Amino acid sequence: MELFFEWFRVLYDTTGINLPFLYDSYDRGRMLDGFLTTIKLSIVCLICSVIIGIVGAWLQASAFTWTRRFVNGYIQLFRNTPPLVQLYFFYFAVGALLPKVETDWGGQAPMFGSFAWAVISLSFFAGAFNVEIFRSGIEAVPKSTVEAAESLGFSRLQIYRDITLPLAFRVCLPALNNNLVNLVKTTTLAYAIAVPEMLYEANQIWSDNVNVTEMMFFLLIAYFVLVGVLVWGMNSWERNMKIPGYG
Amino acid sequence: MARPEFKTDLPVMLAPPERRQGEPLRIKLWHGIALFGFCVLSSTYVFADDTQAPASALSVLVKWMPLLLSGFLFNIVISFCSMALGTIVGTALGLGQISLIPVVKSSSWFVTQFFRNAPWLVLLFFAMFLLPFEFDLGFVVIPFPDWVKAIIGLSLPVMANVSEVVRGAVRSLPSGQWEAAESLAYTRQQTLWLIILPQCVKRMLPPWMNLYSILTMATVLASVVGVSEVMTLTGEALAAEGGRTDLLAPFYSFVLLIFFVYCYPIARYTVYLEKKFAVKD
Repeated sequence: MELFFEWFRVLYDTTGINLPFLYDSYDRGRMLDGFLTTIKLSIVCLICSVIIGIVGAWLQASAFTWTRRFVNGYIQLFRNTPPLVQLYFFYFAVGALLPKVETDWGGQAPMFGSFAWAVISLSFFAGAFNVEIFRSGIEAVPKSTVEAAESLGFSRLQIYRDITLPLAFRVCLPALNNNLVNLVKTTTLAYAIAVPEMLYEANQIWSDNVNVTEMMFFLLIAYFVLVGVLVWGMNSWERNMKIPGYG
Repeated sequence: MARPEFKTDLPVMLAPPERRQGEPLRIKLWHGIALFGFCVLSSTYVFADDTQAPASALSVLVKWMPLLLSGFLFNIVISFCSMALGTIVGTALGLGQISLIPVVKSSSWFVTQFFRNAPWLVLLFFAMFLLPFEFDLGFVVIPFPDWVKAIIGLSLPVMANVSEVVRGAVRSLPSGQWEAAESLAYTRQQTLWLIILPQCVKRMLPPWMNLYSILTMATVLASVVGVSEVMTLTGEALAAEGGRTDLLAPFYSFVLLIFFVYCYPIARYTVYLEKKFAVKD
């Protein structure tokens, strides 16, 4: 393995193609951390946004007018403003209003770090789209199915959990996949509030080594592969979940 | 694709919703009124509350308004140019995707997928750092300032999306159109230019305008790489006023408001066009 990494140092010496994240162990650690942070951020946001979508779609069908209005207001607000502005708003405006907590050595630290704010803001952003997506799926489940469940004595929560959602999930999977792929691409915005993800770490490395060209190409390819793997996985999942003869 | 019709009183599932290209922006008029109200209220509230303040937030906002509006004008210029550039190249790519030559077809498919899968911010960085600051043609030197690079960087994802819109529109036409043209002895090129594309234009218009709205909102990203557009100017104006926290809400809501005022008519017009061009069964 060491020999493989050393080969890139020779490559740099002979051709000038500088890839320090391969031959330099410190840069390698940074790049790996960035890559893992991107994956961690994506997965946490993915899970949170799907939960927001499921809960939001349930609340949207609520009997209370104000609950429905509140969910609709949330959707409109987060869908029609740029995600970068939302991120700044959460990190700088809301973050400054929250109380500080005491650290172990007696200092003051903000309650949430930049990673937590990125998770919160991006989850709410993608969650707003997910609510709409789940709602479109739920609309495909006919009223008679719900009525049949009601007559069998299911409660509202049971109907949603055991009957509506499993049926709706298969209908909205294609749209959901689109949105989740978009979410992974949006995690690059976390760069703006200094979350050490892939773009941020690459920026650090090209600032130290002045090798913008190589890092840029590496970044593009890395994101292409990352998103490609996600798209492939989602598509095969979509095929497995497909209802035969439907759609 | 015609599905067989099953008649039943109690279907287990209704027909799936229509798949659309891209999510439409659903902006309503009251959002703008609410934003305007928030902008004015947040600035006057502070004035009434804090008599010690050197100048009221509203008067500070009015003072900086010309600068912010000129910054926003720059955003519009960037969005116009990248849309134009992206549409021209994207249409060519989209036509490449439906080409009969395998090499052209697969390579334009690959380029489209590549730029569609790359994050906008990464592409913007890519254009920012890799394009030269001037282009020497030997007899004339073309300067490449930051904003030209931003235009090119933003037009890359637009290009890929337009390519998909074109391909989708051509695919959405019934194959009978192709066959009818073939039976009338049109060549492939004639069929494409005289029969298929004119029908596609009105199908492509709503998603294309939707893409334009998304692009306009994405021009804010240029502030991350240091182009002096409205977001950068807002930050600088706030810094020039000494970082007063009571100015944050009025200034940022003003930025949201001008984006709204610009995007709202476009969104309404898109909805109108969608209704007008909707194919009736």
